Amino acid sequence: MNNIGIEQILFISTALFFIGVYGLFTRRNMITMLMAVELILNSVNINFVSFNKYLYPERLDGVFFTIFIIAIAAAEAAVAIAIIINIYRNHQSIDVEDSEEMKY
Amino acid sequence: MSNYDYISLIPILPIAGFVLIGLAGKKYFPALSGWLATLLIGTSAVLSLFTAYQYFIVDGAANGVYPQLLPVDMQWLQFTNTLSINMGILLDPISVMMLVVVTFVSLMVHIYSTGYMKGESRYATFFAYLQLFTFSMLGLVMSSNLFQIYIFWELVGVSSFLLIGFYFDKPSAVAASKKAFIVTRFADLFFLIGILITGVTAHSFNFTDIIANLTSPEFLKEYSATFLGFSVVTWALVLIFIGGAGKSAMFPLHIWLPDAMEGPTPVSALIHAATMVVAGVYLVARLFPVFAITGSGAIDVVAYIGIFSALFAALIACTQTDIKRVLAYSTMSQIGYMMFALGVSSQAHDAGFTASMFHLFTHAFFKSLLFLGAGLVIHAVHSNDMKDMGGLRKYLPITHITFLIGCLAIAGVPPFAGFFSKEGILHAAYTTHPDIYYVALVTSGLTAFYMFRLYFRIFWNKADIHLHHFHGEGAWSMKFPLLILATLSIAAGFVPFAHYVTATRTEGHMHTDIMFSIAPVLIGLLGIAVAMMWYKNENDRADKAVAMMRGVYRTAYHKFYIDELYIFITKKVIFNCIGRPAAWIDRNIVDGTMNFIALMTGEISDSIKGMQSGKVQGYAMYFFAGVIGLTLICLYIWM
Repeated sequence: MNNIGIEQILFISTALFFIGVYGLFTRRNMITMLMAVELILNSVNINFVSFNKYLYPERLDGVFFTIFIIAIAAAEAAVAIAIIINIYRNHQSIDVEDSEEMKY
Repeated sequence: MSNYDYISLIPILPIAGFVLIGLAGKKYFPALSGWLATLLIGTSAVLSLFTAYQYFIVDGAANGVYPQLLPVDMQWLQFTNTLSINMGILLDPISVMMLVVVTFVSLMVHIYSTGYMKGESRYATFFAYLQLFTFSMLGLVMSSNLFQIYIFWELVGVSSFLLIGFYFDKPSAVAASKKAFIVTRFADLFFLIGILITGVTAHSFNFTDIIANLTSPEFLKEYSATFLGFSVVTWALVLIFIGGAGKSAMFPLHIWLPDAMEGPTPVSALIHAATMVVAGVYLVARLFPVFAITGSGAIDVVAYIGIFSALFAALIACTQTDIKRVLAYSTMSQIGYMMFALGVSSQAHDAGFTASMFHLFTHAFFKSLLFLGAGLVIHAVHSNDMKDMGGLRKYLPITHITFLIGCLAIAGVPPFAGFFSKEGILHAAYTTHPDIYYVALVTSGLTAFYMFRLYFRIFWNKADIHLHHFHGEGAWSMKFPLLILATLSIAAGFVPFAHYVTATRTEGHMHTDIMFSIAPVLIGLLGIAVAMMWYKNENDRADKAVAMMRGVYRTAYHKFYIDELYIFITKKVIFNCIGRPAAWIDRNIVDGTMNFIALMTGEISDSIKGMQSGKVQGYAMYFFAGVIGLTLICLYIWM
């Protein structure tokens, strides 16, 4: 464990982040987009934990933040899925391209 | 020293009446509102008479000088430690005299109006306005400082506007009320500037302080700043006088007064004959010690504007056929008398001051009498034009007699009231300004002529006249004030006025010089004789005289084309040279700038609105791009 450097972990989290962003931009299915958002959040969680572990091992701020983010992500997923269900009821579709009435 | 605690009731009663009748009168007690208003103003009149009794008789002059009392004085607005505006009541001989005149004439007009306005749908409103006017006028005469007088000055202007335009469904009345308001407002602008200059120069707005400060020898020695060759005091006084001239219909700001006759006749009697139009005279009289500073020159402006207006209005009055307009020009002429009487006075020769105030006092009675009489005549024949009248003496006996008394009074025939006051004025002019005296003499002849022209053409002239729809002379409520005022038009002359009112507030003496009186009385009688010869019976002597003086007659008939001159100046000169360029700038530069900005905003937003596409992923892209951009900027700064 100790011979894994912070660079490798940061590399993974950055990769995860951009995979998430890529998913967010390219997927048309809202559920998939939600999953992509989860990826982004979790990449941030990894960052928090690793910075906490490597830079300030005597403190726990990063870990607690991570727990907060997981909790909020759960709530966010619930809200998002509720929205998606409502959109489905109105449009009979969860394709993001089909719900674009809110424009100029 | 008597107790004047009740003094503030005098103006409070009418304003209470205004509020009460104005808010509830029309709905809840329309028929009673007239008598309620009369009762309130009657109480004010009794209180005013009591004040006069206390002031002049009970207290009298202490050591030969009447005191200036301030029964009410509160600080209202404080500007600096030394300069503040107060609200107060100032009692001195002229204000007490004006109190009596205003409340009394107002009472008469109220009684008369209960008959005259009967059946009007806005009966209660009319009385509410009358109450407002009376309140404002009382406030004006009792003001203790220039700013307070200015506030009430504007209030009488407003009530005059409301009452002239009382018949607001008549376009001519609306036009007349607007004209009156705009002309007097224009003059009031100068008045305000004058007040400010006076306040700054004298370090006070209170009349007593202004007079004390501006006439003190130290001030006169030190204060020598001039503007365009005239001292600051002269400028201030001339500007204040312009305000007074606007209200008092002095040339060339008189154009509103004849048109103001569009209002109901009682209004003309109250506002445009007896009270409001003499506000200018009162104002000059208030500041008389300052005006009379030797070398200020302002007093000469007063004198010459006064005498010119007197003659000018008398000439026009000779040619008009609308009886109310004749009376309006006659009012202007008589106010001209009062003005020049002040103008010819000085601290040393203050007989003119007394005479002016005396004339104001007597004129209020006989001119309101004449107007109220004219109201009855108009009521009977349903016309303002003297061509429709003639031979009315059989139909309107009481009006006839009282009108005759009014005419004799204004013509200056002894022993009627006008004789005494006019003699005083002429005598004062004779001793100091002989040139003015001779013009005034001619004017008094003209006065007698046009008043008796009016009298004969209304009551004689046609031998037999049949009136359609004649239903009696009018209710007693209309005839009673005529009788009272006629009595006063005889009696008022015997008041020992100089004993009470002088410029220095001392007890003076009025002496009538029999030898001096011969010329004015003869001139007056000559005017009456000419009027009698021309107008008593139907004949063509007047027409022949008119034919002889064709040009003069036409000019005077068209009021010397002053109205046309005003129209020319406003419509052609001001409109084309100032109005149009200003409108162009407004439309093209001011509005243009705004329109351009609005247009640009519209264009820009139109071109970028596509960004708000409704595509969530697009927004996420912008957001992400923004984050990246910010990150790059932060990196650039910190690295």
